[in-house]
Amino acid sequence: MKSETPKNIERLPADGQPPVSAGGKEGKPAGDKDRQRPDWTNGLRQLYDSVVEEPLPDTFQDLLDQLDSKN
Amino acid sequence: MAQEERTASEKADFKRELTGVVPHLRAFARGLCGRADMADDLVQETLLKAWAAQERFQPGTSMRAWTFVILRNAYLTDMRRNRFRGEYDETVAERVLTAPAGQEEPIHLADMHRALLTLPPERREALLLVGAGGFSYEEAATICDCAVGTIKSRVGRARAALNAMLAEGNIPQRSLEDSGAHRAILQELDDVAAGTNGARR
Repeated sequence: MKSETPKNIERLPADGQPPVSAGGKEGKPAGDKDRQRPDWTNGLRQLYDSVVEEPLPDTFQDLLDQLDSKN
Repeated sequence: MAQEERTASEKADFKRELTGVVPHLRAFARGLCGRADMADDLVQETLLKAWAAQERFQPGTSMRAWTFVILRNAYLTDMRRNRFRGEYDETVAERVLTAPAGQEEPIHLADMHRALLTLPPERREALLLVGAGGFSYEEAATICDCAVGTIKSRVGRARAALNAMLAEGNIPQRSLEDSGAHRAILQELDDVAAGTNGARR
């Protein structure tokens, strides 16, 4: 159905920048703030994407069709 | 907005685009209110409102952003009526936790979701929009009708709070049974709803 799944978040970047692990959060350079993607970011995305990828219950399409037919 | 009558093809476009964002609405709603059934109710409500307001949608702009505004406002209203309690959806977490192999040693997503649900709603939504939904700070600010700096600050605070909770293992056990915490959240909601433009005091 969907053209592509954005699910494949790069969890292990191969660019030499190690992912921030749950254990090692000290001594982070302050200037790195914008670039760092701590675990919770992946977690948030995973939670979000997992819902996006769920099969949709028919109720939504039914509702829209119903609204549409009223026009 | 200038148009009075939409053409049939514009209406069809609207319906198609609205249909296309339903999965995203569900994801945003689930993150906001934490329970699948309530989240889907919220999405239905959003679809109804979006449909009724379709003349106000500007073709070519982001349907996702437009509908998120509607969903967010519906959520705030419902929240103040005490319909949502930020309860935690166990089944989602179960499934996410048994997600396919090949990921790094996972942060405990169930913990994270619970931690997320303890954040004040304004910070939670900011984090959801930017961290999960992939919106820019600017887009998130538009959705929340506040200044970009406000969004940045909310995301920063949310991030700090989550990091602290997760680092210290100081995760709330289960849903927010604690009535004190719940009251505090509702209090914040009143603030959010009362001054959505960030000039709260």
